[in-house]
Amino acid sequence: MMFQIVKEPIDVSRVIEAVVDRNAGAIVTFIGTVRELTKGKKTLYLEYEAYESMAQKKLEQIGAEIKQQFPNAKVAIVHRIGRLEITDAAVVIAVSTPHRADAYEANRYAIERIKEMVPIWKKEHWEDGSLWIGNQQETISYEKGIPKEMKS
Amino acid sequence: MIRILFFAQLKEQLNKKEMTLPYQEITVKQLRERLEKEYSLPALSSVLFAINEEFAAEDDIIRDGDVVALIPPMSGG
Repeated sequence: MMFQIVKEPIDVSRVIEAVVDRNAGAIVTFIGTVRELTKGKKTLYLEYEAYESMAQKKLEQIGAEIKQQFPNAKVAIVHRIGRLEITDAAVVIAVSTPHRADAYEANRYAIERIKEMVPIWKKEHWEDGSLWIGNQQETISYEKGIPKEMKS
Repeated sequence: MIRILFFAQLKEQLNKKEMTLPYQEITVKQLRERLEKEYSLPALSSVLFAINEEFAAEDDIIRDGDVVALIPPMSGG
């Protein structure tokens, strides 16, 4: 199991190696990359910032939640912060399980949980300005309370 | 004393990473209101609070020595 916030480019093969297991029949890897065009607007580069100590804990918590649902799973998550260029990998998630359906499902669970409860922020830089993305969307409200500890 | 950490747009808007306030005991809801009214922070309705690196509910109590983080909407991944 590997959970890290890093400032350097992510070595994808190292993340995959962390979940290699003799009883695994599948390893699913997700790589979140920096996209150039969002709704027709051209991104020049991104900047990620994290509350590093808490983000680390929350990645570990996601790993524990996956183990609870899939006891045989092995999970590795590495998120990069700092300045990222177009096509750079921002996050790499590898999950191994005995059967592929569980690996796909657990990997999907990990990225959705990262988006909802890991304190990491993205700032988009365009030719005509920049904006912290959580702010731009303004679709997120916490009136219903804090992120759920565990999805049902 | 409680230590308050700022990130992302809040850090930029306030032009500081953290501040210390002389409270001994205060709820999240009370702190949110005081930050907005007495310390002129922008509206914090979409901001989550974490106490010692765990997300906190509105009626959770912040105590002397705690580290509080203001968490604007997250956008990792």
